[in-house]
Amino acid sequence: MSQIELHGITKRFGDHRAVDRIDLAIARGGMTVFVGPSGCGKTTLLRLIAGLEDPDEGRLLIDDEDMTGTAPAQRGLAMVFQSYALYPHMTVRANIGFALKLAGMARPEIDARVERVAAMLHLTPYLDRRPAALSGGQRQRVAIGRAVVREPRAFLFDEPLSNLDAALRGRMRVELRRLQQELGTTAIYVTHDQAEAMTMADRIVVFRDGRIEQAGRPLELYHRPANRFVAGFIGSPAMNFLAGPRAATFGAAEIAIRPEDLTVAAEGWSGTVTVVEHLGAESYVHLVLEDGAPLVLRSRPGEEPANGAKLRVAPVAAKVHRFGSDGLALG
Amino acid sequence: MKRGAAHRIVLTALAWAAALAVAFPLLWTFITSFKPELEAVAFPPRLTGVDWTLENYRTVLDEGGYARSALNSVVIAGASTLAAMALAIPAAWAMAFAPTPRTRGLLLWMLSTKMLPPVGVLMPIYLIYRDAGLLDTRAGVILLLALGNLPVLVWMLYTHFREVPGEVLEAARLDGASVVQELTQVLLPLALPGLASAFLLIFTLGWNEAFWTLNLTSTEAAPLTAFMATFSSPQGLFFGRLSAASILSILPIVAIGWFCQRQLVRGLTFGAVK
Amino acid sequence: MTVRASRHARRLGRLLVTPSVVALLAWMIVPLAMTLWFAALDYRLLDAGPARFAGLANFAALLADPGFYAAVITTLYLLALALALSVGGGLVLALLLDVAAFGRGALRVLVISPFFVMPTVAALVWKNLMMSPVSGVLAWIAQGLGLPAFDWFAHAPLVAVAIIVAWQWLPFAALIFLTALQSLDSEQREAAQLDGAGPIAMLRYLTLPHLARPAAVIVMIETLFLLSLFAEIFVTTGGGPGNATTNLAFLIYQQALQSYDVGGASAAGLVAVVLANIVAFFMVRLIGRSLTA
Repeated sequence: MSQIELHGITKRFGDHRAVDRIDLAIARGGMTVFVGPSGCGKTTLLRLIAGLEDPDEGRLLIDDEDMTGTAPAQRGLAMVFQSYALYPHMTVRANIGFALKLAGMARPEIDARVERVAAMLHLTPYLDRRPAALSGGQRQRVAIGRAVVREPRAFLFDEPLSNLDAALRGRMRVELRRLQQELGTTAIYVTHDQAEAMTMADRIVVFRDGRIEQAGRPLELYHRPANRFVAGFIGSPAMNFLAGPRAATFGAAEIAIRPEDLTVAAEGWSGTVTVVEHLGAESYVHLVLEDGAPLVLRSRPGEEPANGAKLRVAPVAAKVHRFGSDGLALG
Repeated sequence: MKRGAAHRIVLTALAWAAALAVAFPLLWTFITSFKPELEAVAFPPRLTGVDWTLENYRTVLDEGGYARSALNSVVIAGASTLAAMALAIPAAWAMAFAPTPRTRGLLLWMLSTKMLPPVGVLMPIYLIYRDAGLLDTRAGVILLLALGNLPVLVWMLYTHFREVPGEVLEAARLDGASVVQELTQVLLPLALPGLASAFLLIFTLGWNEAFWTLNLTSTEAAPLTAFMATFSSPQGLFFGRLSAASILSILPIVAIGWFCQRQLVRGLTFGAVK
Repeated sequence: MTVRASRHARRLGRLLVTPSVVALLAWMIVPLAMTLWFAALDYRLLDAGPARFAGLANFAALLADPGFYAAVITTLYLLALALALSVGGGLVLALLLDVAAFGRGALRVLVISPFFVMPTVAALVWKNLMMSPVSGVLAWIAQGLGLPAFDWFAHAPLVAVAIIVAWQWLPFAALIFLTALQSLDSEQREAAQLDGAGPIAMLRYLTLPHLARPAAVIVMIETLFLLSLFAEIFVTTGGGPGNATTNLAFLIYQQALQSYDVGGASAAGLVAVVLANIVAFFMVRLIGRSLTA
């Protein structure tokens, strides 16, 4: 079922391994999201798949065909760049149709396909404008149209929404996801935003320092992080980490608890409320425990304690994530 | 607030006064070029009651030397710029898009050749040219100016190419563009405005070059710089004619210069000031 | 396979750079080597006899010639004066243009124009229309102020030449300062204003430090051109009166194309090369730093 397979892909920049022996299979038709902090190698890996960089080691298969040294254009992949990379001297129509023109497609056919894609992306009124005369959101859609029109084997998205404002970003996430599902085309999506990863992905791959930390479905990662890094990276607000005797009682070097898995209890860790964030549907209460350890718990609106209040909290025992001293999840 | 506005008006007036003072010699030359010779040397100069005339222009144009020199200037500045472009475009393109560890050193070395003072090689160039029959030929001057301006041009084009966003070229590559298509359909249209202004700036530098043109040409290949030098004496005492010839020699090039002043800063400071 | 692609690109790159490099090498190395060789010869085009090896005799003659020292001093004096006038004037002009409320485009056009005037025209216009003691504009102004007319080229020829050259380079300095001023972050200015900086403090602590680097670039570029100043002297003074305005470049020209003393001209030429290289050294370092930044 996998459409793109990576075997031992490695890319070095000088002495630094930006991508370190990556093995990965990317399922056909799904949305796979590469996520991780900046410099983790996710964008480099995407560029290796696109053929914009050549790996130092390893093999890349697309549809069971070895594409390791193939020129980018021959891989049948389309990419949407973070900067959109529109051709500034061409109209929207020419931008979207450029690849088809280079492929030698007949003019009427090109026009028909461009019109169809433009209609799908609500770009029809802007077809004869240049990129400079478009808003950020419209440029974004042109970049997507340029990828869609080629009917590629797979889409590669390199942080495509990061230049949009928050409201538009939220809308485009949904729109992009819907479009990808309608077309049924395989997609790889790179982002540093874990919330974006959670909302869009069929499958998330978490990267750090050029290596895969964990790969799986979004809720799998959320509920069963394989290690301390993934536990801390996925979810917002982030998990509460506690070490020392509190962890020892759970038989672990360190434990992590999500804010929603902490409750106010008669018996528990006592702390003082420092800040209360009111988000409307829910609130987050920031505490400092007696030994100075910070803690965040979720509270229903209307039930928040006051600033400075003293209270005791306890975790839902079954929801405590336990980690060994090596940072890996225990049992 | 009011005080600030008053300040600003005073400073603006000062700026205009200073700018007019800087341009004054040119404006004055322009005015003088339309005065009869007697008026042109009259003291104190007059601005009213002058019998304005085109006589000076007619004289300069009729004497013939101007037309030939103007043609030489166009040919020399044009051909030397084209020759330099032909060498510089591929070099700058390669250094911007396929840099190697040696690119930086190469660029600085090119720059350092520009710093060789022409007088340091006057003697050998003169003797080579004499023996090769290149003295007072357009080809000889074109060759020298092309080489002299090559480093500046490579630098200008290099900094310009570097500003083309790499992702746009990558997008073209993914869209299936070959190297040639990438060059002709994406890079060239994007770089064209910069190429044009680089051409114009180098053209003006070639037009105004006054060391080699004065030393290596006499009559046949003399461009306007050398033609104007003939006014140094005693013809220069005819102020009207001098002014008309000056205006004819500088007007087109000053106009071109206005169009490429942006390039001027970046080009002549080798990217050190943006 | 993959390595081949980038190696291929690099080979293509080398191929494209080669013509320029070869051309510049030929242009630099060949004539310079010849100058070196000529400098060691007793070689006069007007003498019938063949050139003879003379060792360091040309340099010895140069060092014994008071005219040589005078030329070096004239060169440096012209340099200092023209630099001071053009950089100082350019700075003031740029500061004024930066705050001008209207007509900035027209102001720029006015200010930049002299830079595009060919040296021979600039020199002749100044010498005749501006500085002529009989009918020049400056004499007219002097008369208006009740002063006697001043014969610039008789009594202060070096200053006169320096003024002409400074006039040509002032636009360059002004334009670069202006560009730098306009790249000054406006938020930085606003932050300074909130910190209570008045216009003077702003100039002193924000603007002028920001202009230090462009100033260095201007000084070096102008220096390179001013060291080989030639045309302006050629059409105004011819090096005179006496040798009052004979700089190194003009001295070499005289030895080369008036006395046809190949050896002597070459020896003096090498001095000019060394002088320029001292400046070039600092300049390449400065520009090299901006290249990596």
